[in-house]
Amino acid sequence: MENLETFRQYTRDWLEANCPEDMRQPMRSDEDQCWGGRNWVFKSEGQKLWLERMAEKGWTAPRWPTEYGGGGLSGSEAKILGEEMARIGARRPLSSFGLDMLGPALLLYATEEQKHQYIPDIVNGKIRWCQGYSEPNAGSDLASLRTKAEDMGDHYQINGSKVWTSYADKADWIFCLVRTDFDCPKHEGISFLLFDMASEGVSTKPIKLISGTSPFCETFFDNVQVPKSQLVGTLNKGWEIAKYLLTHERTMIGGFGLAGGGMKGMGQIAAAKRGKKDGRLRDASLRAEASSFEIDEMAFGLTIERITDETKAGQGTGASSSILKMYGTELNKLRQELLMAISATDALNFDSDSKGALVRSWLRSKANSIEGGTSEVQLNIIAKRILGLPA
Amino acid sequence: MILNEEQQLLKDSAKAFLSESAPISALRAMRDAGEDHMPELWTKMSEMGWPGIVIPDAYSGLEFGYVGAGVVLEEMGRALALSPFLSSAVVAASLINQLGTEQQKEKYLPGIASGELTAVLAADETGYFDLSSIETTATASGDDYVLFGNKRGVIDGHNADLLLVVTGGDEGMSVFAVESGASGISCETRLIVDSQRAADITLDSVTVDGDALLGTLGGASDAMEFTIDVAAACSAAEMLGISIETFERTVGYLKEREQFGNKIGTFQGLQHRAAQLFAEIEVSKSAVLAALQALDSNSEKRSVLASMAKAKCSKVVRNATEEGVQMHGGIGMTDEFDIGFFMKRAAVCRQAYGDYHFHADRFASLRGY
Ligand SMILES: Cc1cc2nc3c(=O)[nH]c(=O)nc-3n(C[C@H](O)[C@H](O)[C@H](O)COP(=O)(O)OP(=O)(O)OC[C@H]3O[C@@H](n4cnc5c(N)ncnc54)[C@H](O)[C@@H]3O)c2cc1C
Ligand SMILES: Cc1cc2nc3c(=O)[nH]c(=O)nc-3n(C[C@H](O)[C@H](O)[C@H](O)COP(=O)(O)OP(=O)(O)OC[C@H]3O[C@@H](n4cnc5c(N)ncnc54)[C@H](O)[C@@H]3O)c2cc1C
Repeated sequence: MENLETFRQYTRDWLEANCPEDMRQPMRSDEDQCWGGRNWVFKSEGQKLWLERMAEKGWTAPRWPTEYGGGGLSGSEAKILGEEMARIGARRPLSSFGLDMLGPALLLYATEEQKHQYIPDIVNGKIRWCQGYSEPNAGSDLASLRTKAEDMGDHYQINGSKVWTSYADKADWIFCLVRTDFDCPKHEGISFLLFDMASEGVSTKPIKLISGTSPFCETFFDNVQVPKSQLVGTLNKGWEIAKYLLTHERTMIGGFGLAGGGMKGMGQIAAAKRGKKDGRLRDASLRAEASSFEIDEMAFGLTIERITDETKAGQGTGASSSILKMYGTELNKLRQELLMAISATDALNFDSDSKGALVRSWLRSKANSIEGGTSEVQLNIIAKRILGLPA
Repeated sequence: MILNEEQQLLKDSAKAFLSESAPISALRAMRDAGEDHMPELWTKMSEMGWPGIVIPDAYSGLEFGYVGAGVVLEEMGRALALSPFLSSAVVAASLINQLGTEQQKEKYLPGIASGELTAVLAADETGYFDLSSIETTATASGDDYVLFGNKRGVIDGHNADLLLVVTGGDEGMSVFAVESGASGISCETRLIVDSQRAADITLDSVTVDGDALLGTLGGASDAMEFTIDVAAACSAAEMLGISIETFERTVGYLKEREQFGNKIGTFQGLQHRAAQLFAEIEVSKSAVLAALQALDSNSEKRSVLASMAKAKCSKVVRNATEEGVQMHGGIGMTDEFDIGFFMKRAAVCRQAYGDYHFHADRFASLRGY
């Protein structure tokens, strides 16, 4: 649309007419997210309608090209859509590794045929993806992975195992790093494969987290057959794709550093719980910490904005995802610590109902600085790739 | 949130000019000669029109806005260039522009814009920028006012032509433009850590005529809030420059210095701290730009963003200069080496117009707790 104000008005009206009432309520916990996929059971009619309507317009993936089902919006239009959704407190219609991780990599590296085959089902939430990167002996040192794909003529045969695979037991397909050459430097023999989790020989075993839920699994591959057409990019050149995908994952995880939509500021939350005296939060030490936290939180939010704008203007630095990942996750951990401190002994409830939500989300947040590459790994990347410090 | 072309050009030209005309060696030479300011540098800056950056066109300014002032200050921070730019051309000029009548603006702003007149804010009496308890008084006497009071730690105040004296009392805050040579003003100066001097100013029955009152009696509160925002955001920009320069020098040293048979930059204990600091500086860049833009658009978030930026940059510049000295080892502690100059200047900027605690407290109050 040539005129941004026209687009804003159009978007506002459309959202007003199409966003169901229950999708304008803040999410109470991770349970309120909509992940889609073949086996998804919608939590409400509103959740279903919201996904369908947004997917229909391609607005689950606002910036992706329309030919693959995306919204085809410009950066400025996508920003307006985001602002207008935030204005009415609209939930994200779809949480998805396809949207946040795989899609951008497919847009850059997949063949035309693959794009048409996989991207539309990411946009409309029909296929839920999981990420097969980490292995028991390949965590931070991801490139040392050993899951093997053998060339069997018309297909690859996969053997090995992955670990910490988030939602492997619920996902329909996996994007998976496999070793296709063992006789070369570790970064050079890796390939990027896509396959159906319902394939024969795939099995998963959930792992329980300290927060009490089991969102991730061990994943085993026993002679799994994968058609050759499901290789993305060039054989043995998957590491480049893997890294590119990680920059998107890291930027997404870095976003945890932002205050959630509709969430009150830390100082206000503290004041509501602990009370005020002479207009100020009663506990002076908590007040000082809340203020310091909110200052960082605000400056971080502005940094995401600035980096987004710079990228749009072609001034971005490639390694910014590492900055956002490291900073945002450390910030979210601090946020959870402060929320715990504010609620004090009440915060210790571990009941599985809503009373235990706080402590569980505090525990869960500790994974933020591990998943998607640890904070230490991000600092290594900044030191080497941006600052150019010697190895 | 990016600089437009004009702002970027201004930044580049400021950088080029300052690296040529204000190297650290010039500051060192000034100090070693026992001087406390750099008049020739100010003349050159004035020739380039910088003192008029925030002043409206109508008063012979460039009307380039606060983002413009901020990018110049960032470069001044990098160069440790001493000048009345922030105190006179930005802070004092903003206060006059906010508060003054048409005639008063005509009287002062063109002179400030040309660099010939320097003005300075004389507000604080406590030494910690507590403006809630100003005791300086102005008593009407016919058409005149008589001022009594003590102002503390006005940096470079003894070199300014005009003092913007803030008075308190029952009617509220007022601001008077008082010539620094007026009878009844006495001034004692102290050497401060960055080689400038701070003036403690006594006003003992200083008589000024009614025209010296900027705006109305007791009507200065809003303009003072705006001026604090300007001072905080712009001083944050200067601290950002100090952080960036200190950091770049330090990273350069990590790539050069060898110990244990390796460049010290290979040690992860240093790498991670450097990377952490880099991220903090990136975050403070955004804080500064947002605060400056909010001044230009006079956004309702102006004060929150200004205090956020000052608080954030104060913390980061402390960290940057501390790590700068630490990572240089013994040589970082020597007077002969330049890195210490950044720590000293940063100490002064951190205190100017309210320190971290002042602004973190103001931020919390503005946010309703
Ligand atoms: C909740 C959660 C969800 C996850 N989801 C997925 C998923 O969906 N798919 C997937 O593939 N993986 C997933 N992971 C795995 C995650 O990517 C790895 O846990 C992570 O990369 C770290 O690997 P590791 O656990 O083997 O730790 P290790 O690599 O063994 O690290 C242990 C410690 O050593 C530090 N360390 C290691 N190397 C260095 C170094 N060079 N310098 C300094 N410090 C170092 C690390 O920072 C860490 O603190 C998930 C993890 C979690 C916690
Ligand atoms: C005020 C003062 C008084 C002193 N008095 C004496 C004295 O009386 N007698 C005397 O003999 N010496 C004295 N010294 C010298 C002092 O012991 C050295 O400055 C100190 O050991 C550091 O060495 P350096 O300056 O060469 O720094 P470098 O060794 O070059 O260190 C530079 C930076 O690199 C870091 N670094 C170096 N190696 C590693 C590593 N392996 N891992 C991680 N980081 C590393 C350091 O911690 C430092 O931050 C004094 C120094 C000062 C400042």
